[in-house]
Amino acid sequence: MNDGFLGYQRAKGLVGIRNKVAILSSVVCVNNVAQQISNKLENSIAITHPLGCGQFGPDFTYTIRTLVGLASNPNIYGIVIIGLGCENLTSKLLANQIKRSKKPVDFFNVQDIQGGTIAAIEKGIKIGKKMTAEANEIKREPYDFSNLVLGLECGGSDSISGITANPAVGIVSDKIVKLGGTSILPEFTEWIGTEHLLMKRANNKEVAEKIKSALDNFLENIMKIGIDFRGIQPTPGNIQGGLSTIEEKSLGTITKAGKAPIQGILNYSERPKGKGLWLMIEPGLDVESMTGLAAAGAHVIIMTTGRGTPVGNLVSPVIKICGNPKTCDWMRCNIDVDASKIITENKRVEDIADTLWQKLKNTCNGDKIQAEILGFDEIAIWRVRGTFPFSLE
Amino acid sequence: MKNKYIIMNIEDNCATSLDKIPKDEELEINNSLIKIKQEIPFGHKFALKNINKGDYIIKYGEIIGIAIKDIKSGDWVHVHNIQSHYLEETK
Repeated sequence: MNDGFLGYQRAKGLVGIRNKVAILSSVVCVNNVAQQISNKLENSIAITHPLGCGQFGPDFTYTIRTLVGLASNPNIYGIVIIGLGCENLTSKLLANQIKRSKKPVDFFNVQDIQGGTIAAIEKGIKIGKKMTAEANEIKREPYDFSNLVLGLECGGSDSISGITANPAVGIVSDKIVKLGGTSILPEFTEWIGTEHLLMKRANNKEVAEKIKSALDNFLENIMKIGIDFRGIQPTPGNIQGGLSTIEEKSLGTITKAGKAPIQGILNYSERPKGKGLWLMIEPGLDVESMTGLAAAGAHVIIMTTGRGTPVGNLVSPVIKICGNPKTCDWMRCNIDVDASKIITENKRVEDIADTLWQKLKNTCNGDKIQAEILGFDEIAIWRVRGTFPFSLE
Repeated sequence: MKNKYIIMNIEDNCATSLDKIPKDEELEINNSLIKIKQEIPFGHKFALKNINKGDYIIKYGEIIGIAIKDIKSGDWVHVHNIQSHYLEETK
């Protein structure tokens, strides 16, 4: 095989690049129970979050879709769900939805176990041990890149990101799409000012209209609640780095998505309905965004950074590429690919894209990226609106 | 070898610095001499030609903003003299 990777076979024709067992809390009240179970299991992760109760409407839907999506990501072999017993997001509800992925799923509630959390943790460890042993039986096999879903992210941008790291990522994204794979561009607040360019790339008129209406509605909605978008984007850090306007930032941002046609626009944490390049609605906050990408099924995320950021993701490895020479030097331990050589060594964007491609391939084959080595694996779920929007202020 | 600045598209009327460029430094760009009017921090932009108040600022060959003051060739181009064109248009 010319260009492929070694992955783990999953049900429904999917392939994973990591092979972990997830201990998932259905509600914040049992986060530490899930964490303590995971601590005793090799090759496991605890997916915990501050939600799961007292949520209604769209906010609740987002939480469910994101947790189900994370657990269903092919990088996870199987899932043990821990509930408390009185929450509105039950372990049973999550289990039923996650079972659609045909993965091993088990669940129980702490209130249903005689012996409290001590007994619950023991039970979780017992189930988890069996699952991790099964996971260890699976060996990596060769697959081509049509099986891969790539997430595109940027954080702590400066005006160097848009002229170094981002165009290199664009080349890699186009290559994945050309090989039959999938790529997802989130952070829709950072497309603002570039709608005309994205619409031109839409696969059909309907997709073009959807891109426009999504952004129009967003701007209209936030104007209604009195927020002037100019005060939010570009951020103070962006401005300090040299970005002057939202359209300058956005033009730099969308170069990550290369030149491929756009197949459609996804809701937060929604799985793409086909191959190729997709856009995802998401608020432009790195950790929430990458959680949404992992929940949508991204195996791996490439994140460009200018000013430097340590963040990773629990489910999908985050490859960090940086174009800023000072950041590449000062935050070397947090950067996987040094794109600053475009500035310091007169390297071409294409040279950096080659290095990034190799790094992507190695990561798919199991090599750990810096955030994995250093233990950065943040998860945050976008809260689309407060369930109880009230304050004395 | 280091590059001091980068121009993303031939239609651009501003360049992005790849190093701190001191005031009064003279750069030969496209056969014309540009004298830097204020220190340009790393990653910031400077004008490649005179830009009148109300004119577009072009980078990547696209409009990134509109001049809110007259900008001279070699001037630092940033939030003090340009603003979003897009957000003005969609107000």
